[in-house]
Amino acid sequence: MPLYHDEDQTMLADTATSFMAEEGNIAKQLRHWRDRNCKDGFGHGLWKQMAEMGFTGMLVDEEDGGLGMGHVEAGIVLEEIGRNLTPSPFLTSSVLAATALKHGSSDLKGRYLPGLIEGESVFAVAIDETAKHRPSRITTRAEKSGNGFKLTGSKSFVIQGASADMLVVAARTSGSDEDEDGITLFAVPKDAANMSHDAVRLVDSSMATHTKFDGVELDGDAVIGEVDGGREILNAMLTAGRVGAAAEGVGVARGAMDMTIDYLKQRKQFGKLIGEFQALQHRASHLYSEVEIARAVVIKAQQLLDEGAESAELMSSVAKAKVAKAAGLAVKEGVQMHGGIGMTDEYDIGLYMKRDRALQEFLGDAYFHANRVAELSGY
Amino acid sequence: MSDLEAFRQETRQWLEANCPPEMRQPVRDDEDVYWGGRNATFKNDAQKAWFEAARDKGYTVPSWPKEYGGAGLSPAEAKILRQEMSRIGARPPLSSFGIWMLGPALLKFGTEGQKQRFLNEIARGEIRWCQGYSEPGSGSDLVSMQTFGEDKGDHWVVNGQKIWTSYADKADWIFCLVRTDKDNKYQGITFMLFDMASEGVSTKPILLISGNSPFCETFMDDVKVPKSYGEDVPGYVGEINRGWDVAKYLLGHEREMISGMGGGDRTAAIGSAMKRLAGKNGDDLDPVLRSELALFDVDALAFTAMAEKFMDEMKAGKGHPAQPNMMKYVGTELNKRRHELMMSVGGSRSLEWESEETGGGKPSRNWLRTKANSIEGGTSEVMLNVISKRILELPGS
Repeated sequence: MPLYHDEDQTMLADTATSFMAEEGNIAKQLRHWRDRNCKDGFGHGLWKQMAEMGFTGMLVDEEDGGLGMGHVEAGIVLEEIGRNLTPSPFLTSSVLAATALKHGSSDLKGRYLPGLIEGESVFAVAIDETAKHRPSRITTRAEKSGNGFKLTGSKSFVIQGASADMLVVAARTSGSDEDEDGITLFAVPKDAANMSHDAVRLVDSSMATHTKFDGVELDGDAVIGEVDGGREILNAMLTAGRVGAAAEGVGVARGAMDMTIDYLKQRKQFGKLIGEFQALQHRASHLYSEVEIARAVVIKAQQLLDEGAESAELMSSVAKAKVAKAAGLAVKEGVQMHGGIGMTDEYDIGLYMKRDRALQEFLGDAYFHANRVAELSGY
Repeated sequence: MSDLEAFRQETRQWLEANCPPEMRQPVRDDEDVYWGGRNATFKNDAQKAWFEAARDKGYTVPSWPKEYGGAGLSPAEAKILRQEMSRIGARPPLSSFGIWMLGPALLKFGTEGQKQRFLNEIARGEIRWCQGYSEPGSGSDLVSMQTFGEDKGDHWVVNGQKIWTSYADKADWIFCLVRTDKDNKYQGITFMLFDMASEGVSTKPILLISGNSPFCETFMDDVKVPKSYGEDVPGYVGEINRGWDVAKYLLGHEREMISGMGGGDRTAAIGSAMKRLAGKNGDDLDPVLRSELALFDVDALAFTAMAEKFMDEMKAGKGHPAQPNMMKYVGTELNKRRHELMMSVGGSRSLEWESEETGGGKPSRNWLRTKANSIEGGTSEVMLNVISKRILELPGS
């Protein structure tokens, strides 16, 4: 498959670009909800509109009421979300949780997928337990209790945890903390007793929670997939999420870069447009190169994932790491080249820097993924 | 079975029958590369057999039209041939600047007579070309060149000096940029073709920091260059005084080539190979060096995806015409970083300048050679200038 969008994908990209620029733009969404101190950090109205556009259920199979599309298509929407810094549950609900639910029973699918597809429900994923992403170590425990399970432990930085109708929780049902096996995924409903959320606002105005499970009682049918067999589903979910986060990161990088290049063509200093200075031209050209390469590896990873290729896992880490570096460069150069105005809250470039920082940490930063590239390559 | 699948089967069988096992090894030194030309000799029978089989099939230049010595393959077929060759690790049967550079220029700008004569000679490996672009005073600022051809009616008399002419001492003919109008910077250059055995042409190799070099200085002292070599075979490509158009087109090809797209392995991931090497030297990778390797591999694998995307877009006629400049810039910078890391993993062993263990000092010589990557074919700084002007459309100073 050639590494560019085919005709249908190009049409989708045109639709997503104009929709997100009109409805998901910074003034209408990010600033609007931030300035109102919104407890969710995003607008449910937009989520509903995204459902009407057919975005929410893109990755859900057709027989389950979705569109049965792939990660290239989801990535198209994510890139526009990134470019407009649109706060939305798309990545956690439509990519991560939807990937987990693919492995769920028809009961679970029937209970949760219609709400997702309609844009009525929001899902969160509870994986991390520490400030850094370490999915190899899971200490939250689910012990057999009657016909079901009792969940005990805590999860950190659960994005939109308090707003979610359902949380996908990775817990240990056997083995010791570092074991590969013995993981089970659960669909935990919002109103479960003995679950508490300590909500925190992050630097990018998004909302996360430290979520505690203090003997949360779950029915046996809350299990996604097989008991003790959750690692594979978790990995599939993480790979999809990382490729998705990389796509969103490319959008952030391109948004920041476009703003910056425009600014270089307008701002005058020392009697010249600052874009005339070779010192800035070379940095801008270097930045362009890095962002282009990040775009290339993201579509490569998306295609491999859609093909079910074995190398998708390696390439998802390459993509996540490369995007973290390229987008990090884009926002840093963006703020620096804007000069003083780049430090003001009124100007948007700083918002890109904040969102990029949050995306970099989400599901593993550049160092985590470079390390993973080394491990997967056998060194 | 689709036509392409049938073509793949056929190609696989043909390669099996015609590419000797000795030709499925990595290229280790210059002798492993066959360049063709008047004075060419083969290293061994296998090299000869492989070259001749490929030549007869048109596979020295698979995508050129059949009437010019190629196999007339479609882009999709050519890709399959490349994939099948790389699957068995086949060496190129013939390497030549004629194939990489002059050929594409003749296909675009040449007369029918030039194509019939020169493209066939190139495809059959009968002529070895070198390129006369740079001069001592004009490297990246190519259009400031001084070599002058004085118009004498049916010929020019050319005087001047070229530098960095790769393999000029081994080449049969040169394609050479010569100023033919001193008053016009861009529209005063002619793209000439002449025999290196012409009276007044002399060459001198240039020793580089790597201790060897394919590069030469080339001197032209009253060289007589005919305006025509026969009916419809002009001694120049394109129009007189409009050679810059041809040169620019060719530079695009050169940049694509240097950016390592064909082989790809110049910039590919190295971490696992370096771990084996470190183990062989009785050492583990230093954790900080390991992390540098991992970060390099991220960049290298991402660049590999970029190279693939770039090729796909080129074939589909998408993409920006200045994109080769970006590929050249990033590819060469990556290759330099790659060799720095390889030197570090090799440790003191990699400093050996001529030992047997290092194949005659390969690690250090290759490392030094890569330093030229971001200079030759336009410096990294010139590439960045082109990106900022032509892609980002930043204002001129």
